[in-house]
Amino acid sequence: MHLALFIIFAGLCVAGALNLLLQRHPINSALSLIVVMSSLAVLYLLLGAEFLAAAQVIVYSGAIMVLFTFVIMLLNAGKEERTHGSKLAYIAGFPGAAALLALLAYIFLSRSASFGQARLGEYLATTGDLSRVLFRDLLLPFEVTSVLILIAILGAVALARKEH
Amino acid sequence: MVPIAYYLVLSAVLFSIGVAAFLIKRNIITVFMSIELMLNAVNLAFIAFSRQWSQVSGHLQVNGQIFVFFVMVVAAAEAAVGLAIIIAVFRARNTLNVDQIDLMKL
Amino acid sequence: METSLLAFLLISLAKVIVVVVILLMAVAYTVLLERKLVGRIQNRWGPSRVGPFGLLQPLMDGMKLFLKEDLIPEAVYRPLYILAPIIALGCALMSIAVVPFGADIRWKGVDLFQIADVNIGLLILLGITSVGVHGVALSGWSSNNKYSLLGALRASAQVISYELALGLSLVGVVLRSGSLRLRDIVDIQSTHGLLSWNFFGGFQFVAFLVYLMAAYAETNRAPFDLPEAESELTAGYHTEYSSMKFAMFFMAEYGNMITVGCVATLLFFGGWTSPFGNLLPQPHSLILVSLLSLFWFVAKVFFFLFLYIWVRGTLPRFRYDQLMGFGWKFLIPVAVANIVVTSFFIGLRLPLY
Repeated sequence: MHLALFIIFAGLCVAGALNLLLQRHPINSALSLIVVMSSLAVLYLLLGAEFLAAAQVIVYSGAIMVLFTFVIMLLNAGKEERTHGSKLAYIAGFPGAAALLALLAYIFLSRSASFGQARLGEYLATTGDLSRVLFRDLLLPFEVTSVLILIAILGAVALARKEH
Repeated sequence: MVPIAYYLVLSAVLFSIGVAAFLIKRNIITVFMSIELMLNAVNLAFIAFSRQWSQVSGHLQVNGQIFVFFVMVVAAAEAAVGLAIIIAVFRARNTLNVDQIDLMKL
Repeated sequence: METSLLAFLLISLAKVIVVVVILLMAVAYTVLLERKLVGRIQNRWGPSRVGPFGLLQPLMDGMKLFLKEDLIPEAVYRPLYILAPIIALGCALMSIAVVPFGADIRWKGVDLFQIADVNIGLLILLGITSVGVHGVALSGWSSNNKYSLLGALRASAQVISYELALGLSLVGVVLRSGSLRLRDIVDIQSTHGLLSWNFFGGFQFVAFLVYLMAAYAETNRAPFDLPEAESELTAGYHTEYSSMKFAMFFMAEYGNMITVGCVATLLFFGGWTSPFGNLLPQPHSLILVSLLSLFWFVAKVFFFLFLYIWVRGTLPRFRYDQLMGFGWKFLIPVAVANIVVTSFFIGLRLPLY
């Protein structure tokens, strides 16, 4: 059953990612990305990371993608035009990505036995486990990231303001 | 009972689709979304490796998941600032096509 | 006790069907309750012709909406136009899956009063609320109407602003119970009856008020219902929708109200525990225990719905800039102050019932 769930949600991830690549209107790409992120949340659950699955839905699907959708709506982005962009991107883009995929897949699959198998329900990382590490050993990086978010808020507000 | 290598191959697939979309798409917002896709692929790889490390060492290791937490925070901050930059660029150039925003000169 | 997969699936399916049917009936009758209560507040009767005390009114309303012409304007972006109300209603109905209605009574090892008993129940509720914003935003954009778009952007900006205050106000509750699991949060409040509820003995009254105000803004209800008022004045995000799709948005709003009531009772008012606690003798039969717990839960949710409708009939609505200023500059600092004070108390290990 673990395998069935993995195949369904991995298939959804790949389908969503391909849809992002193939769609011409950015709003369709945004919606496919939401599908990818929600399926990834389920895959995190299958690997035992329950807090990160919830955080993925709340932060990525529910906040970052809403931000993308807002910007697409505000700027009234239309269908992509076929401009005479760099042909090099088309010629080198697909084969380059395919070569990268082939290399990584070969390395992972050839050593598949040494990575082991994941069983459903083992090594469940509760929120308490994560927070124990985050608030004791890694307290300084945690505080630094909150300063980072504050700076990002200030930067975004300053950049997007209308100049009068 | 799923081999962890399958999760890693899925992460590689998503990452390469992200790279292809980054190189091919002409709309700047879609390019930005492909960056988010690549970051998500990397998150999946981190969690898969954190699980593998737990199984190898025998007790729960959460450092991979902590890293994913930080990657999510940085991706959120980067998305906010990047989209603000896109809005500012749109106001100046009135186009969202990367081929037309590629020079500093108007 | 080992539960077989088949037993788990069948009992879960039965629970889902029962809960969804009850929830949809509750949504329909909440509309009737609102119309009658607001009518009474305004010194008139409310619907009273159809059936005794107007009790058949929701059925007639449902039939009317079903039979109305389902108009799809030509220039809308069709896939998203049809998808948006589905997202809104789906998210409103999904939240009820993690809410426990009654005591922990199991049959064949499966929990009878909760559909999904997850360790991160509270975060799932927040996550579903976050995803529900897409329904509002996409409906406005796909309607291909400038006023719809602006109304949708305003409504979604309001929702995402108050989501922060909502989440922060729940942290005090989580600090007290030490777990995100909804049953654990209720169990902490079950020791001394009324006094151990988070609102009284847990000293989370500030958090409760922040939660209530943030939830009113999240569900677009008075006094924060500017997106809906816009649809009376100029246009709103559901202006191009008719009959069944409009009904789906409407049902989503009342479904969200019921979810907010459920969450407020679970987190601040002790869920299904009775206010008398151990003063009354505990019944021994399982059926009586389950019925009593259900009764207390439903009574408390009903009180919250009554409060919602009472506030709607009484207070004037906020202007948009007042609304955003209130959310960002007042509620979030108050919620953070509540977290600081609560963690101070817990850190000093002062006794909280």
